[in-house]
Order: sequence, then structure tokens, then C-alpha cells
Amino acid sequence: MSAGVSTEFISPGPQSFNTTPIIDGVDWFTKPVLVAALSVVVIVWFYWGASRKAAVVPSKLQFAGELGYNFVRNSIARDAIGSHDYMKYVPYLCGLFYFILLNNVAGTIPLIQFPTFSHIGWAYVAAIMSWVIYNAVGIKKKGLWGYFKHQTMPAGVPVWLMPLMIPIEFISNILVRPVSLSLRLFANMFAGHILLLVFVTGGDYMLRESGSIALGGVGIITLLMGLAIAGLELFVQCIQAYIFVVLTAQYIGSAIADEH
Amino acid sequence: MLTIVLPLSEAAGEDPNPLLPHNAEIIFGFVFLILLAIAFAKVVVPKFEKAYADRTAAIEGGMNEAKQAQAEAKAALDKYNAQLAEARQEAAKIREDAREQGALIIAEMREQANAEAERIVTHARTQIDAERSQAVASLRSEVGTLATSLAGRIVGESLEDEARQRRTVERFLAELESSESARQAVGTDG
Repeated sequence: MSAGVSTEFISPGPQSFNTTPIIDGVDWFTKPVLVAALSVVVIVWFYWGASRKAAVVPSKLQFAGELGYNFVRNSIARDAIGSHDYMKYVPYLCGLFYFILLNNVAGTIPLIQFPTFSHIGWAYVAAIMSWVIYNAVGIKKKGLWGYFKHQTMPAGVPVWLMPLMIPIEFISNILVRPVSLSLRLFANMFAGHILLLVFVTGGDYMLRESGSIALGGVGIITLLMGLAIAGLELFVQCIQAYIFVVLTAQYIGSAIADEH
Repeated sequence: MLTIVLPLSEAAGEDPNPLLPHNAEIIFGFVFLILLAIAFAKVVVPKFEKAYADRTAAIEGGMNEAKQAQAEAKAALDKYNAQLAEARQEAAKIREDAREQGALIIAEMREQANAEAERIVTHARTQIDAERSQAVASLRSEVGTLATSLAGRIVGESLEDEARQRRTVERFLAELESSESARQAVGTDG
């Protein structure tokens, strides 16, 4: 592949995610911060506009807003938490879902093309918030000891198994959940973006820099594949936002669930 | 390789560890997520939930209204049916009364007519009787005179003797009357 290569191909890697400040000297103002801020503005603008004049007979904008709101309210929050206490968590779950969704899809939107959550800080934040919330509501409902008992001692397990069950359940329910939440989201966005970069920069390199007609043909195919990968990525971006919020809702639901 | 905290300036370096977060992004992450949760909690959720509650109330209210209207219509129908039945009953009663009254009037009229007819008949009979007796009386005197004068002329003898003459005439008439009544009785029987 390197035969007849005029310039060296730099394969995409972690360094592809290095972001430089947009304004020189303002270190914190980078592309992900800008995209995340824009997403907040878009979400607030849309939902404020849709709900501002919420009426019995909805306008088109209100109808669209209700569709998006109901998706999180009914299909995620109510199904996972139960119709008794779910309303308390709808605001956070709504904000979380649309924040992750827009920032993920930003990886596909032309000119932006950077998924915010491929910087792990954002994923850590979202996972920590969800972790704090589900543990806090569990402790608030059952008390500290009652909550740990609820999370680490599953009903119906014989007593002699408890020494084994308690550490396993503690690790899986308390320690691993925030890590898996954040890593799943981050890794999907990170890997998806690298995959796209490989196809697009690789195809582009083969087409323009390799100087070989055969490699140029392969480059065209690679670029077309990159287009398909972008479609796949759009799907993954939506799914990951959904999974993150569904899992958060489920963790909340299981933390406040009554013993069965 | 194992740097715990990676300042943003170093993140732009040669071989960054993608698992280490940028401090600014952590802060902005919390700020943005809390901001969104507050925006949803304070504005979007209450507005939408109020619209949903209003919608439910409107639908339930409409259903109640329809139920009420239905009940009202049914009450009105019952009322009109009752009124109609009452009117029918009244009409039947009026007809019955009229028939009775008519029958009564007819009976009365018939009675009246009968009485009148009877009265007329009686009156006529009385009159006839009176006229007859009058005629009989006048005939009796006239016939007597005529017969006497005739007989006197025929016989040539004066029958001026009043007492005898009267007796003869009376006798003759009595015979005449009895024979006539006997004939009448035979005629009516036959």
C-alpha cells in the first residue's frame, strides 16, 4: 500500500480528538464546549417555544414538542420507573436525553461533525449525575442501610451465598454502573468517529495522494463506504442516547422499587 | 503515561489519553445538564402537564355534558309522552262524556217529543170529543126538530105536544145509538 506514496499517511487516533481553543488565550472555549452550549440553546429554544403557549388544542410546534417530550416521559421514564413516581425524574431524563442526542448527532451534522461525548469528560459528568441521583433517591426512600441491603442482598438468595452475593452486587450495582454508563457512551462516539475518520481520510488519501489509479478506485469505494458508515453512525448516535437514558431510568426505578 | 489530571493545555499534546477528562468540560457538563434539568422542570414539564390535565378535563367535561344533555332530552321525552297520554286520556274522556251527554239529550228529546205527541193526541182527542159531543148535541136537537116537522108533515098530525114528542125522539135516538155502537163493536172486532 505504501508503494508510490508521495506523502506519509497519518492514521487517525486519539490525537484526532485534540481540540485547540477557538479563541487564542481562552483555553476552555473549545469545539465540544461550543457544540454543547449550542445544543443547550437549541433544546431550550425549541421546548420553550413548544410549551410556552401549551394549549388543549396543540399548535404544530406544540405537537412536535409533545411528541419528543412524551417519548421520554412515557416510553422511558414511566415504563422504567413505574407510573407512581416517574414524574419527578422526567425533567432530568428529558434534559439528559436531548442533550446526549443532539451532541451525538452533532457528529453527523455537516460542518460540526464532532460528537461531544467522544471527549470522555462529558460522559463522566452525565454518568456521575445519574449515579448520584439514583443512589440519592434510593437512600432517601429506604435509608442508607436499607438501601444498601436493597441493592446488595437480592431477595430469595440463600444466606450461605450472601458473602459471595454482597460484594458482587455491590460492585455491579454501585461501582460499575457509572463506569459502564460513561464508557459505553464515550467509546461508541470515540470509536465511531475514528472509524469515520479512517474511511474518509484514508479514502481521500488513496484518491488524491497515492498516485495510483487502482488505489484511487479503492479510494472511491472507501469514500462511499464512509458514507454508509456515516448512516450507521447516525443510528448508533441515537441508540446510545436512548440507551444511556433508559439505563438511568432503570437504575432509578430499581433503586426505589419495593422488595418483591 | 499515568497522569491523573490532565490540564487542558497538556491535552493538546502529542499522545493524549482519551480516558482523562478536560477540567473545563467537566464543569460545563454539570452546568449544562443542570441548566437543562431546571429548564425542563420549571417551564416545559409544568406547561405540558397542565395542557394534558386540561385536555383530560375537557374530554371528561364534554362527556359529562353529553350525558347531562342526554338525561335532559330523556326527561323532556318522558314529560311529553306523559302529557300526550294525559291528553289522549282526556280526549277519550271528553268523547265519552259527549257520547253520554248526546245519548242523554236524545233520550230527553225523545221523551219530550213523546210527551208532546201525547199531549197533542190528548188535546186532539179532547177536542174531537168536545166537537163530537157538540155535534151530537146540535144534531140531536136539529134531527129531532127536522124529524118531527117531517113526520108531522107526513103524518099530518101535529106533534106539537112537546112532552110526547121529546120522549119519542129520545127513544128513537137511544135505539139508534145502541145499534150504532153494537155495529161499531162488531166492526172493530171483525
